[in-house]
Amino acid sequence: MKGKKFLLLGFLLIISAGLLVASCEKAPPELTGEPYVIGGIFSVTGRASFLGEPEKKSMELYAEIINSEGGINGHPVEVVIYDDEGDATNSVTLVKKLIEKDNVLAIIGPSLSGNTLSIIPVIEEKEVPLVSCAASVKITQPIKKWVFKTPQTDVMAVEKIYEYLIANNIKKIAIITVANGFGNSGKEQLQLLAPGMDIVIVAEESFGPEDTDMTSQLTVIKGTDAEAIICWGTNPGPAIVAKNIVQLDIKIPLFQSHGVASPKFIDIAGDAANGIILPSGKILVAKELSKSDPQRKVLLNYKKLYEDAFEGSNVSSFGGHAWDAMAMVTEALKVSGTDRALLRDEIEKTTDYIGIHGIFNMSPEDHNGLNKETAFVLLKIEDGKWVIIE
Amino acid sequence: MTFVDQLLQFILSGITQGSIYAIVALGFTIIYNSTEIINFAQGEFVMLGAMFMLTLNITLGLPLPVAFILSVIAVMIIGVLIDIIVISPIKKPTQLSLIIITIGASIFVKGVAMFVWKKDYHAATPFSGEVPISIGPAAITPQALWVIGITGTVLIFLHIFFEYTNTGKGMRACAINPRAASLLGIKVKRMVLISFGLAGALGAIAGIIIAPITFANYNMGLMLGLKGFCGAVIGGLGSVPGAIVGGFALGILESLGAGLISSAYKDAIAFVVLLLVLFMKPTGILGKSESKRV
Repeated sequence: MKGKKFLLLGFLLIISAGLLVASCEKAPPELTGEPYVIGGIFSVTGRASFLGEPEKKSMELYAEIINSEGGINGHPVEVVIYDDEGDATNSVTLVKKLIEKDNVLAIIGPSLSGNTLSIIPVIEEKEVPLVSCAASVKITQPIKKWVFKTPQTDVMAVEKIYEYLIANNIKKIAIITVANGFGNSGKEQLQLLAPGMDIVIVAEESFGPEDTDMTSQLTVIKGTDAEAIICWGTNPGPAIVAKNIVQLDIKIPLFQSHGVASPKFIDIAGDAANGIILPSGKILVAKELSKSDPQRKVLLNYKKLYEDAFEGSNVSSFGGHAWDAMAMVTEALKVSGTDRALLRDEIEKTTDYIGIHGIFNMSPEDHNGLNKETAFVLLKIEDGKWVIIE
Repeated sequence: MTFVDQLLQFILSGITQGSIYAIVALGFTIIYNSTEIINFAQGEFVMLGAMFMLTLNITLGLPLPVAFILSVIAVMIIGVLIDIIVISPIKKPTQLSLIIITIGASIFVKGVAMFVWKKDYHAATPFSGEVPISIGPAAITPQALWVIGITGTVLIFLHIFFEYTNTGKGMRACAINPRAASLLGIKVKRMVLISFGLAGALGAIAGIIIAPITFANYNMGLMLGLKGFCGAVIGGLGSVPGAIVGGFALGILESLGAGLISSAYKDAIAFVVLLLVLFMKPTGILGKSESKRV
């Protein structure tokens, strides 16, 4: 009997502690409805933290703003965010946790292409809408009923670079890609789109995500008759490639992917960054955009909100992926309520949403909803500054 | 670029990479030499060195030599603290438990570093500019010469220390047989303490000199630690010249593999070599074959 008493006492203690915590929290006014729970999986720590951290912050910020403005039809938005540390195995475990334990209506993320691809089977089995923040075109092609994504695909980035090459009469290129999901997907698109645009890839090299020296690969490229080098990767590899190219005195132009479109790249590559051309979302050059660009206002607003909320951190292009995803999911929630199937249908109906990374028009045939005209601008780094070209 | 020109560049690149692996491998050697344990926190010492240097040199604006020395001292203290706090209080130390403790220490240090320095990559200032030095048709960065030079100097000092000083000999005796060593009046605990301090200092030097080449972030220690460990094993664990030979061998093989065979199999080539060495000569290239009396 004694044991039972203790159990009861412990139980009461836990309850009173819980009440104490609950009463300390400030209840948001007027938001009486059942909260709408949206899950997030981002690589907040680990080597892809430069993606996951701004994504997590942007998602939380968006929820905060929407709740302060009265929530969705009186329902507060609650976000549950887990960190997959850049590991695909973790993503699979966490997505199951979000669906089964947290009972989320939709999931935003993961940050990485490989991780997104590995959770798709779970998403399709459990029928939960997913809006990925990863770049690979394979996420939405072929179309998967429950899977959407907000970042520009690598196809658009490759097309943007190739168009520039054609315009400047460059026909022979060498590519150097990082050996991970982002790099492999970029490499595939570079290979796939080259023949159609009369471009010949004369050398293909790769490097590990943690490698610290690429001079061997670049020496091989130097020995070919390539007229330009395209590097596809995420920091720090591409910055090392840029430095090694200076070291080896390679004179042909270097192109980088949107994977390094952040001020951090210029920070670490230093002088070696000058002259590099890369496709990027418009957020980096929001102020320099022409006043007639409909995205300009949206971008400047997001930049201000983000930099006010997180003092000392500069807005990067990556947080915008989660921001756009949140915007579309919450917009869809206004109509669908807690019905996941209806929510999916509503996300698919998104039209003319002016987002951070372009103007989105989802359809049953297109679960990304972007086109290369609004999604990318081509930038050149001059004296450590971004300059819009074309 | 002719084939010979390319080959020269591959070898130069390999030497640059190899000198980085070699100096990390030396850190493993010191602790192995006095305790026969493998210190998996060695990579974190490297990271800490680079991070302290960045903070002192770039954020606080101290002159390079001052920042260099202060960083080395700081990491040395951390090395000593790790020994005092987690290694030496163990009641019945076995090799395995101590190795696992070093893994724990490394995770802890990495976590703290993540909070202190955040997750971004940082570029350190090269010691003497960034204008590449041409060697015939190939090129090398001035910083790589610093790495090679400092690694060489450290090698000479360590060799003298372990072979000719009483403390160095005492440390080696502790590894071979701690009980016998203590019977001869060698203070085993003190030797272990010194070796952790020394390994910390050495790791810090490695981190400081390579940060301008590799960039620094809280996570850099893991890969460098693994590659350095590989180098130490290839050369023969416990041998100071072996660590150098192993580190350089690994770097040059990686570079030649990437250049001549395929960059996609670069790491695979390094690991195949590691396996081959372990199959044919388990004690490493310069390791002394082990014979224990029963």
